[in-house]
Amino acid sequence: MRKLLIVGATSTIAEHTARRFAADGDALFLVGRNDTRLAAIAEDLRVRGAAQVATHVMDADDLSAHGPMLDAAEAELGGLDTVLVAYGTLPDQTACQADPSAAVAAWHTNAVSVVALLTDVANRFERRGGGLIAAISSVAGDRGRASNYVYGSAKAGLNAFLDGLRHRLFARGVQVLSIRPGMVDTPMTADFDKGPLFAQPDKVAGDIHKAICRRRAVLYTPGFWRLIMTVITCLPRAVFHRSKL
Amino acid sequence: MAGHDYRSWGRYPAATPAEVHRPVTREHAIAGRASSMLAYGNGRSYGDSCLNHDGTLLAMRSLDRFIAFDPASGLLECEAGVLLGDILALVIPQGWFLPVTPGTQFVSVGGAIANDVHGKNHHRAGTFGRHVRSLELCRSDGSHLVCTPDDNADWFAATVGGLGLTGAITRASIALRRIQGAFMDVESRRFGHLDDFFALSAESNDDYEYTVAWVDCTARGTRLGRGWFMRANHRPALGQSPDPGRRSGPTFPFVTPVSMINRFTLKPLNTLYYYRSIKNRSRTNQHYQPFFYPLDGIAHWNRAYGPRGFVQYQCVVPHDDGRAAITELLDRIAAANAGSFLSVLKIFGDVPSPGMLSFPRPGVTLALDFPNPGPRTFALLDALDQVVMAAGGAVYPAKDARMSAAAFDRYFPDWRAFCAYVDPAFNSDFWRRVTDHDTDPNQDRPT
Repeated sequence: MRKLLIVGATSTIAEHTARRFAADGDALFLVGRNDTRLAAIAEDLRVRGAAQVATHVMDADDLSAHGPMLDAAEAELGGLDTVLVAYGTLPDQTACQADPSAAVAAWHTNAVSVVALLTDVANRFERRGGGLIAAISSVAGDRGRASNYVYGSAKAGLNAFLDGLRHRLFARGVQVLSIRPGMVDTPMTADFDKGPLFAQPDKVAGDIHKAICRRRAVLYTPGFWRLIMTVITCLPRAVFHRSKL
Repeated sequence: MAGHDYRSWGRYPAATPAEVHRPVTREHAIAGRASSMLAYGNGRSYGDSCLNHDGTLLAMRSLDRFIAFDPASGLLECEAGVLLGDILALVIPQGWFLPVTPGTQFVSVGGAIANDVHGKNHHRAGTFGRHVRSLELCRSDGSHLVCTPDDNADWFAATVGGLGLTGAITRASIALRRIQGAFMDVESRRFGHLDDFFALSAESNDDYEYTVAWVDCTARGTRLGRGWFMRANHRPALGQSPDPGRRSGPTFPFVTPVSMINRFTLKPLNTLYYYRSIKNRSRTNQHYQPFFYPLDGIAHWNRAYGPRGFVQYQCVVPHDDGRAAITELLDRIAAANAGSFLSVLKIFGDVPSPGMLSFPRPGVTLALDFPNPGPRTFALLDALDQVVMAAGGAVYPAKDARMSAAAFDRYFPDWRAFCAYVDPAFNSDFWRRVTDHDTDPNQDRPT
């Protein structure tokens, strides 16, 4: 039985992923900003077979709340062995270009707060010599592009951070998984026209569940994004700059 | 599949919502919406009862959470966007089954209630609505009405089978049925004529929980109404029940340029199916999925009907006149060289439906698809309506795309009383059509 903490548990991808772990009979600690939504999700996961579900209200942007939240999770579940960071914002690129504070806010949520949270988690897991850390990043972190580089660069920072964390914790038996979904049909992308590249959250959740169970290091989901991003990162700059990506 | 196109299952008629709202919580299912709204579940209604052209669709599939399940009593409470298949996946390993299921498990709970769906066990269990213990109705005035057969009973009766017009159903509790395993004891028998169908139905009524017949809708004369009769019971437990791999079957990959079911393929397909086996009867131990959901194994099978889609026609005629009316219906369909590969006959029992506008009533029901909606098909279906009206029967709104306001008035005389329960901000393409008694019903049809 896993003792799993999910931060950003009301996100659609997180909720669908949690259902898979609930069906496995795992114990879950759900963290999000909205108490009502957390309660509805907790009910659902209990019915689906979770051994235990507890909820905790926290705004991840408030860094001082991280430590007490982790203490509460460990106390509630009697320890922790898996942490999934699933929160994030998709900022409006145009607004971020116009307003430095919007760009910084996007970085704070998508990168700075995750770095703070996972540094604390990493130290706890390092001390006990085991565990698994997974974080939802994005294919957007693979190369900065005009259309969403504020979001993408925060995710790129997160990716490098996770790479380093994996390197550091390898010797202590702690696994680090970097999850890079493409575009997913969720409330985050509600205003987008859904082209053929959009994936359903349940498909992405299935891939995440599998990657965590198999202790993988990097997950592209759906898998075709690995190929797409390889092409995009390999494009010579002269060609890339003439493209609209 | 990427995105969503919010069609109905028959892919006819076309309708485009002006706006789609995906509720995240039950509390805000319809918050802030003012004009014409309609809850849309999983789009398995065949015609236009789930469509709202130029209006708002509430995409209820996002409310797909379980709320509570008591494995001792079998009472399940969930949000309205949960699919029947999700319920089965959860409860079968714990020894429970849906009390009533239609021919696809890809139907949402809200949709099953709004259409008061029926299954192959109607003669025993009645409709889905009979097993709903409570439901929550979210109205455009901001109220949340909890309705049970006893509390707010009139709202309960209006909402069960109420075609989604009384408001948005956000949650429901359903009394499940005990089973011991996932397998069915199924007997199939070939029969040569409609009379044999009635005889087999009468004979099977008491001993079989599930009965249904496939008929060859191209056969006439002494072969009229020939087909296969299927009857089944749940099997007692026999060890572990393997999952045959839900949702992992083949996908019909594209919309074919013309319907694959047409006047050239219709007769050979039906004849081939009638003679599918050299034996006249067989007894098999079958997993519940192919028995209840033979077509769910092929995702998007509706694409086989081509770009113009198809219309389904399901009617019920009362017992007394049933034989004569069904004979006439089948004869007219065969004479027109129309109809489908999937024609189904079933006896409805006399367990009363709880809904004011519920379709099932005691009698015989016939269901079949007609490819390529066009003037010939509509003329034939209007003629079938005359037969059904004369027999005092009804046509199923969930599968309809074309009945006239006059026909609806004859089939569902309670609709005027029902109007008092219609939410003023809710509407559907179906409802606009069948309540508009001032216009010529043929004016919008393709010519």
